[in-house]
Amino acid sequence: MSANGLLQIALFLGVLIALAKPLGWYMARVYEGKLPVFVRWVAPIENLFYRLCGVDSKQEMRWTRYALAMLWFALLGVLAVYAMQRLQGMLPLNPQGLVAVSPDSAFNTAISFLTNTNWQGYSGESTMSYLVQMAGLAVQNFLSAAAGMAVLVALIRGFARHTVETIGNFWVDVTRSIIYILLPIATVLALVLVSQGVIQNLSAYQTVTTMETITYDNPKMDAAGNPVKDAAGNPVTEKATTKEQSVALGPVASQEAIKQLGTNGGGFFNANSSHPFENPTPFSNFLAMLAMFVIPAALCYTFGSMVGDTRQGWAILTAMTILFVGFLAVTEYAELQGNPAITALGVDQTASAGQSGGNMEGKETRFGIINSALFATITTAASCGAVNSMHDSFMPLGGMVPMAQIQLGEVIFGGVGSGLYGMLIYAVIAVFLAGLMIGRTPEYLGKKLEAFDIKMASLVILIPPLIILGGTALAVMVEAGKGGVANPGAHGFSEILYAFSSAVGNNGSAFAGLSANTPFYNTALGFAMFFGRIWLMIPVLALAGSLAGKKRIPASIGTMATHTPMFVWLLIGTVVLVGALTFVPALGLGPVVEHLTMIGAH
Amino acid sequence: MLKEIRPAVVSFLLLTLLTGIAYPLIVTGISQVVMPNKANGSLVMKDGKPVGSSLIGQSFSDPKYFWSRPSATGPMPNNAAASSGSNLGPTNPALMDAVKGRVQALRDADPGNQQPVPVDLVTASASGLDPHISPAAAEYQLARVARVRNLSPDTVRKLVAEHTEGRQFGILGEPRVNVLELNLALDALR
Repeated sequence: MSANGLLQIALFLGVLIALAKPLGWYMARVYEGKLPVFVRWVAPIENLFYRLCGVDSKQEMRWTRYALAMLWFALLGVLAVYAMQRLQGMLPLNPQGLVAVSPDSAFNTAISFLTNTNWQGYSGESTMSYLVQMAGLAVQNFLSAAAGMAVLVALIRGFARHTVETIGNFWVDVTRSIIYILLPIATVLALVLVSQGVIQNLSAYQTVTTMETITYDNPKMDAAGNPVKDAAGNPVTEKATTKEQSVALGPVASQEAIKQLGTNGGGFFNANSSHPFENPTPFSNFLAMLAMFVIPAALCYTFGSMVGDTRQGWAILTAMTILFVGFLAVTEYAELQGNPAITALGVDQTASAGQSGGNMEGKETRFGIINSALFATITTAASCGAVNSMHDSFMPLGGMVPMAQIQLGEVIFGGVGSGLYGMLIYAVIAVFLAGLMIGRTPEYLGKKLEAFDIKMASLVILIPPLIILGGTALAVMVEAGKGGVANPGAHGFSEILYAFSSAVGNNGSAFAGLSANTPFYNTALGFAMFFGRIWLMIPVLALAGSLAGKKRIPASIGTMATHTPMFVWLLIGTVVLVGALTFVPALGLGPVVEHLTMIGAH
Repeated sequence: MLKEIRPAVVSFLLLTLLTGIAYPLIVTGISQVVMPNKANGSLVMKDGKPVGSSLIGQSFSDPKYFWSRPSATGPMPNNAAASSGSNLGPTNPALMDAVKGRVQALRDADPGNQQPVPVDLVTASASGLDPHISPAAAEYQLARVARVRNLSPDTVRKLVAEHTEGRQFGILGEPRVNVLELNLALDALR
């Protein structure tokens, strides 16, 4: 890798780690209700908000009520987003006159945005009106992120408190996440993005006269508007010419900012963050990457601060960073190597001063290999799923890393809130494993971990693989599942495996060749997303409630320290081991076979 | 069970107003006042009419122009209302066929040139709308454009250099050439 490549990566990690402490400190103050002076002027607005909602902000909830509030909130979100999509033809702010979204696609998208997945079964610029994008989808970007942060804060309180029955107030945690954290950062970020060229308007699509007349094959349509097919089933095309380009516009920057910051990932346009109107410059790309990781990284500090020992947070952050750098190295290496089959065709893929070289299929010139591989590794470590390059066209091993990171549960930084609560579950499992090895009752942060706690943690670890592998198995057995595959051979299997991993992991990126906007995939992936989010939040909250009720036991000579390098490695080992034991066979059938076939042929 | 319905409904409505209406409209308002050109798509005007966006690539096949990167959008390439990549996998024979065809088209347009083709010029971009090519891809096409236009290679090289952006702040991203702006400048030479 070039010196500049290393410098770009080092700069990114440096800025990220530097921001973790100040932002983490700020968030801890917000959640503890000790607002820093510079935001106290917002407090009256916050209180007015509670009065209108009929919320007593001083009244805390037991975990069951907290979970119930979360579920009501989720239900409303699904209904609202579904209804808006189905009715968009009658609603305002629809300059392109887009019609109602199909029921299965609307169901899929409603679940998708509620669960912070933002799987794009649809193509934004030809499907969703500006109103649906702004007041339907972008709202869920805020709310689902805030719900994830709320659940995390509840879990942290479980560790921080002792012998109490409550874990906080869901409405207060959600409101504060939005008005003190997500909304102010998103507003500033959106404006900086516009300065880079990200668009922000409510105009109809702009038609421009292109320099050259373009000749292309236009699919022939019959009177009913369906494509005409020949005897062999291939679409019939006719030559057409155009000297016009219709340029899709819209309120992109406001959505882009929260899409990255809330690790949502649902692009305004089909091509997501590779579209020049979503991500026009290397600097907008840098900010997009930073936005994905900054809250998850800072929440580690928030965690340490709230449990009264910041070393605990740094230990988790260290483990995450080590895992991330390891995965990043594999992706960068695989993509920089380029595609041996293409070199044979008289193509130059070597990196030089004049070009980034490497595997440029599905990548943008301004990002090159370094920033495409970096973005892909970040977006799948976090449960974001925004893409600035097409993962389906990555080299076999380059595409395996994003998939594997999702399958590990997106605990390497992870989604806002969900990443750290996932990692804390792994920490519980790590302590439990260590306890088994030496025959002591496991403790973490002064809390004795008992049968109920380990059961809840196990649910969080076991449910996702069950749905991912079960769903993939189902899809490869039925015609409706196999029919969506775009690439032949092992890569086609990878497309399906990636889809279910992404849905359950609430990531939302894809091996996008898969035609997933079909009733089968819309429904199957819709349920996968739902269970992958809600079924994990409930055991996490149950664990939080159980921990909050326990006595705190003072550290003794037999207590394992959980801020030391040894614990960092134990945690890394646990994450990798659990993931490897579960997913190596499936990965073997997809990317590994494809890689071996490829090097065998050259 | 039902105690949480009122907070759920009211907070959902209020937060929708705040994050779904107020926030995007405020960002739109500020952007339209402070940075109208960027907020409206960085359009390039010629004789008072929009001829493209400096951020959105256009398709070129005439040898007198620099060609953009291949685009996988449908039905026509560089369809700015339907962004998309090819999503062809690295071992898919269809990818090899596509690359082979593009290499051939470049060689047909410039028969004397047998250098290896820079990879970005024969692979589809992620968005299908990539406005840039690499400096290597511009250099590869330079002799052809100069010959067809009866210009000296140095004149064209100077123009390419004027439309080449370096890494942002000297560090970020990759050096790149804006194809639409370069071709407009070529046409404006005489």
